[in-house]
Amino acid sequence: MILDTAAEFDVRDYLRKEMMPHFLCPGCGHGIALRALLWALHDLKIDKDKLAVVSGIGCAGRLSAYIDANTFHVTHGRPLAYATGLALARPDLHVVVITGDGDCLAIGGNHLIHACRRNLKLTCLMLNNEVYGMTGGQVSPTTSETRLTTTTPLGNQEPHFDACALATAAGAGFVGREVTRHIPKLKELIKAGLAHPGFAFVEVLTDCTEIFGRKNDMGSSPEMIMRQTSKIRPSAYNNTVDTPFRPNDLPTGILMRNERPEYGAAYRRAAAARRGAS
Amino acid sequence: MNAVDTAPTGKGAVKLISGNHACALGAVAAGCRFFAGYPITPSSEIAERLSRRLPEVGGVFVQMEDEIASMAAVIGASMGGVKAMTATSGPGFSLKQENLGYAAGAEIPCVIVNVMRGGPSTGMPTRPSQADVMQSRWGSHGDYPIVVLAPASVAEIYSETIRAFDLAERCRSPVVLLYDQVIAQLSETVALNGAAQPNAERAWASGPRADYKPYGGDDVPAMAKPGDGYRVHTTGLTHSESGFPTQNPEAVTRNLSRLLTKLDRHRDLIDSWETLACDDADVVIVAIGISARAARRAVELCRAQGLRVGLFRPITLWPFPEAALREAAAGARAVLVPEMNNGQLRLEVERVLSDLPVEGLHLFSGEAIAPADIAACAAALAKEAS
Repeated sequence: MILDTAAEFDVRDYLRKEMMPHFLCPGCGHGIALRALLWALHDLKIDKDKLAVVSGIGCAGRLSAYIDANTFHVTHGRPLAYATGLALARPDLHVVVITGDGDCLAIGGNHLIHACRRNLKLTCLMLNNEVYGMTGGQVSPTTSETRLTTTTPLGNQEPHFDACALATAAGAGFVGREVTRHIPKLKELIKAGLAHPGFAFVEVLTDCTEIFGRKNDMGSSPEMIMRQTSKIRPSAYNNTVDTPFRPNDLPTGILMRNERPEYGAAYRRAAAARRGAS
Repeated sequence: MNAVDTAPTGKGAVKLISGNHACALGAVAAGCRFFAGYPITPSSEIAERLSRRLPEVGGVFVQMEDEIASMAAVIGASMGGVKAMTATSGPGFSLKQENLGYAAGAEIPCVIVNVMRGGPSTGMPTRPSQADVMQSRWGSHGDYPIVVLAPASVAEIYSETIRAFDLAERCRSPVVLLYDQVIAQLSETVALNGAAQPNAERAWASGPRADYKPYGGDDVPAMAKPGDGYRVHTTGLTHSESGFPTQNPEAVTRNLSRLLTKLDRHRDLIDSWETLACDDADVVIVAIGISARAARRAVELCRAQGLRVGLFRPITLWPFPEAALREAAAGARAVLVPEMNNGQLRLEVERVLSDLPVEGLHLFSGEAIAPADIAACAAALAKEAS
């Protein structure tokens, strides 16, 4: 029993049983994020038939296949671009994007900033595990400084992205971050993102235990998830230069919310006005 | 926009318009209601026209952040059930290739216009070229089927754009409309007659969900429309009949075999070509696009000299109309392939007519090939042959 609504939420109602068992590693946080998403969809009574989930490539990208909805597993880095076409063509659908830190911030970075700027109604769930897990553990744009990966044998020397700061700067109408340890809070954050009328960016800090954690002696899954509570990935915010590059703490919760015009509705209004005038 | 734009565009109207304009009008006539694009010379007029026209007919135009996103958005819109198109040129076409392969593999209908330019790289953006004959067929990785149409006039751009959408929907396949800058920006009169037949509409899944297999059967499977209750999975991973990823060798082989032979079962719809004076020809010229129009004049020049020269023009470039070419060249002693590249169409002609000498006339200077140059080449071959 996690919360009082848990009794009426049965995750199995939203999963494709034929896809079980899932392929996630023991201790991976992605399953928690998936559960929180499904729980949020349940709370908001979003019709599975009207739900479209678009995902990219990587561990996060594989999650769409587990959801009993209209699911689209597309090319690496491009789920936001596919989802933009789908949501513009079918405004009656509820479109959710599941992506990872590499998918969203590296190969797909251009699509992220323009999706934020465009403010089309989409919910983008970015699962940040600091690593390219599926390809064996290479450095990603969010890998903390000094961390070891299979392509940073000297420790990572590159500064990492603060995805929420990026999304905010690019103009996203809703930006939030949560950790997988706080499942009810994560669910509530995703709910707020799903309910937002424009583009919503939700970053989920999730653990890659088998590959990233093992490589960096971060302990087992419980130790990694406990580490999320006090100082969230403090190593990610160790300053390696004199001027602080990032604050020490990674803020969670809703970090930005505004109600600027949603792109799809604005386009349809302008088009209707043109048709009326002609 | 110029004054021509205010002229009637209704069915039956005759207009003097450019090839790119004809493409935009053909798309709307075919039922296209979504366009995503990125500015690139010499195709940008298609986007500009559709940015005006689509909202007037209840469609959506969006200029995306790059070529890759444009292709992705088009596939996304089509997955939602809306006929969708993008337009680009050489380097942009290269950028679209990964997602084009996704559309081929996941069997998502869409139309991609490539107004060719020379390369490599940025090449000559404002100059004509036919350098993507091979990229249009083989540009994405892996084995996949694709339809490529190569119109040669403004009127044919209009009719082939309509046919491109029909083939995309019927075959659940990406269809490339491939033409050169000359006919893209040339103005000719076009009768805007719309589609000869009613527009083809996609076969949508119907019946009980439990019985529906997204990639079942031996032919083009019916597609599930989001919102209709089928809740299927679409993936670029190899998939079984169920649509879910699989690496089972038998399931992979079964689905890929169906995919790779899919177009073969619809060649009667897909194949299209034109022949001119091939019956008694000693020399058959094989050409597409503006080069075929120059070749048509070359045939006249040669015939005036009493030389038996004919022309075979593939309108559907891929799958290549090889049976029709073999028939057209049955009595020929030599073949000439004039093209604005270093010899791409020639490779395919050599493959199909392996028992005949195949000569190339290749120009990649950014100029169109002149009829007199083709005629001189053809005449020399004809004299050798006789």
